[in-house]
Amino acid sequence: MYVAVKGGEKAIDNAHKWLDEKRRGDLDVAELEVSQIREQLALGVNRVMAEGSLYDPDLAALAIKQSRGDLIEAIFLIRAYRTTLARFGNTLPIRTETMSCIRRISATFKDAPGGQILGPTFDYTHRLLDFKLAAEGETKHLAPANHELAGHLPHITSYLNKEDIIQTEPNTNEPPQDLTRQPLELPAGRDLRLQALTRGDEGFILGMAYSTQRGYGRNHPFVGELRVGDVVVEMEIPELGFSIEIGEIEVTECETVNQFTGSKTQAPQFTRGYGLVFGHSERKSIAMALLDRALRWQELGEDNVGVPAQDEEFVLYHSDNIQATGFLEHIKLPHYVDFQSELELIRKLRRDVQSNAHEVSEQ
Amino acid sequence: MKIQTLTGGFSDPSTDGARAFRVIMNAVARPGRIGHLTGATPPSPMSIAAGTLLLTLCDPDTPIAVVGTLDTDAIRGWITFHTGAPIVDPDAADYVFGKWAEVKDLKNLKKGEAQYPDRSATVVVELDSLVNQGAILTGPGIHTSLELSLPELELFQQNSASFPLGLDFIFCCNTQIAGLPRSTKIQEAL
Amino acid sequence: MNEYNFAYLDEQTKRMIRRAILKGLAVPGYQVPFASREMPMPYGWGTGGVQVSAATLTPDDTFKVIDQGADDTTNAISIRKFFEKTAGVQVTEKTSDATVIQTRHRIPETELSEDQILVYQVPIPEPLRFLEPSEVETRKMHALEEYGLMHVKLYEDISRHGAIATSYAYPVKVEGRYVMDPSPIPKFDNPKMEMAAIQLFGAGREQRIYALPPFTKVVSLDFDDYPFEASKADHSCEICGASHTYLDEVIVDDDGNRIFVCSDTDYCATHASKPQEAAE
Repeated sequence: MYVAVKGGEKAIDNAHKWLDEKRRGDLDVAELEVSQIREQLALGVNRVMAEGSLYDPDLAALAIKQSRGDLIEAIFLIRAYRTTLARFGNTLPIRTETMSCIRRISATFKDAPGGQILGPTFDYTHRLLDFKLAAEGETKHLAPANHELAGHLPHITSYLNKEDIIQTEPNTNEPPQDLTRQPLELPAGRDLRLQALTRGDEGFILGMAYSTQRGYGRNHPFVGELRVGDVVVEMEIPELGFSIEIGEIEVTECETVNQFTGSKTQAPQFTRGYGLVFGHSERKSIAMALLDRALRWQELGEDNVGVPAQDEEFVLYHSDNIQATGFLEHIKLPHYVDFQSELELIRKLRRDVQSNAHEVSEQ
Repeated sequence: MKIQTLTGGFSDPSTDGARAFRVIMNAVARPGRIGHLTGATPPSPMSIAAGTLLLTLCDPDTPIAVVGTLDTDAIRGWITFHTGAPIVDPDAADYVFGKWAEVKDLKNLKKGEAQYPDRSATVVVELDSLVNQGAILTGPGIHTSLELSLPELELFQQNSASFPLGLDFIFCCNTQIAGLPRSTKIQEAL
Repeated sequence: MNEYNFAYLDEQTKRMIRRAILKGLAVPGYQVPFASREMPMPYGWGTGGVQVSAATLTPDDTFKVIDQGADDTTNAISIRKFFEKTAGVQVTEKTSDATVIQTRHRIPETELSEDQILVYQVPIPEPLRFLEPSEVETRKMHALEEYGLMHVKLYEDISRHGAIATSYAYPVKVEGRYVMDPSPIPKFDNPKMEMAAIQLFGAGREQRIYALPPFTKVVSLDFDDYPFEASKADHSCEICGASHTYLDEVIVDDDGNRIFVCSDTDYCATHASKPQEAAE
């Protein structure tokens, strides 16, 4: 007699043990410390913080260790942890003009007050594998780079503002919506769009932004400014009646200067796209700015030319990698009940067709 | 702050709230069937059932209104202390609490929107008695039909005719609770 | 267990879900948006059902979880353990002993009573989604009760295949108003939806909750000349002999021979000892 398979519970326990073993790898190789990940794989840590929506380098590093380096899995761990945290209140908006910049470049002006600060960038490295890193490690004494931090650098676009040649962003002082606390409703405001983009999957945001550059919603971006550095986070304490500094975070900000709008009666003005991401994350912040700009077509009186990057619903519903990977991967769970109903249906339809054919041939 | 404000809450918010929710859910899912809802002791004249419902469902995210004889400093203070729910005008409220005579003439309560019929008010009505006798109820949640002592007929019939928009009513009398969502059809007692 | 709140979710989140459930019950078949939380299990693994269960369970409940009708599928086990740990509830595999049943893809064979609650895990709550990908558009269609697109789809099936080519997640109309997705249950289960128990549907990733009060009228869409048919494999269960239950097809040897067994493992085990009764 047929006996149905059992033992799922034991299988799960064994799978988890095996997973632990695989995570550790060869016991003769030293175990990674969380601080090593935090310090030496910082850009991975940054991505996990940005898409996990939680600024905590130690936890992000722990998540990377626990997830065996699968960054989306690490982001998931951070998100699931974040959702259980109590909220004490909201901070004041960070003031990026006060940033202590480690890097600040503009593609629109050769020079500007504060200057171009190249900072720690891969931009001009030759992408040659450095075998010395593998052979010798970095035991050699590193000569300290000259990194004096530059604070209070004016935004490049503020010079355009003075000429009124770029649009001024209205300051509504409305508290921003939060898509982790309210169900997404369309059309979404720019606050929700920016939140979705900064949390969104780097690969997805990159691909969508790239599509606008190749013509699917082209809007002529110039990187007005890209800056990376630490900003102070302040919070108003009602009991005190004033705000206090609660910490510093590293962010990357990108402002693009885009094609202008205008008419016979309204003088043309450049428009903007905006990207702001936790940590040092240039690719993501530039991509975010391009996509933000593309999504603003309606507000800026442009035509909807029907490209994906203009479609708010398409972008917002598909940018979250935790949602996407969950739904994608769930199809490996058992679906045999549904498949069985399909099997039955297709057999029946085939029977019908075959008996029809039979009848026709007998006539 | 009065002691009355601080007392009368749940002794264990998570399990008291869970048990109370099941009673409320049964009331809404089975219109007309009378349940017993206890756990909280609000200041009089709010009933135990209404007070328990309030602690179970309301918090800083739910604007609520208390009208008429329920609109006292003691009740407002109790609600604010235990739930943090903002107290607003009835037309902006998600939950409205009052005696039937005081809520029946309220105009402009939220009845939902065509695309979002869920954005409608739940009206928690204090009654002096609640028995399974009177108007005949049919519809979702009711196997055949059921009688309930509704305070009147026409307003409820009009409400149900506006389905899927409309108000959802919950009747409370001491510890008794019965639901009358907009989906229920109402006929005159035989 | 003390590291978590009862049933894992914080009270404010549970209240938000509870309010959505009540509105869902008041407007049967309408999908209520809710601020779904990120759960410690992936989207697609039943986060919607888990959130609805978490907001519904009390310490007095006896909880059962099935996936594909079976209590011992890995994800059913995992969800059951989650609530054992975080809510301390009793668990059971016996349908009749359970007060809350969370399910994926099946309705139990044993008729449910009014003391029970059935919680469905829903992947895509929108029955019109595969005909119209935009949420903005489908929301308008529901508001205007404009379901022509669905009828066109079913009609096109008939003209191409001579039958409606939907075998699971077969759309239903609720109380003559909202077209609803019954979740990916086989259409065999559709007629069971008019039941004594409360039915709650949770879609976590899509942030929707909907509900059916007991005995709500649920009609599977069809045409007069092509009536709905709750079909199943034309076999009996190899284990318990039941001829009226939904069956899984199992490949048993290298030649590809098949046998059929009940998908509802509890029903099958209960009736294997009384094969006569099951066959009736």
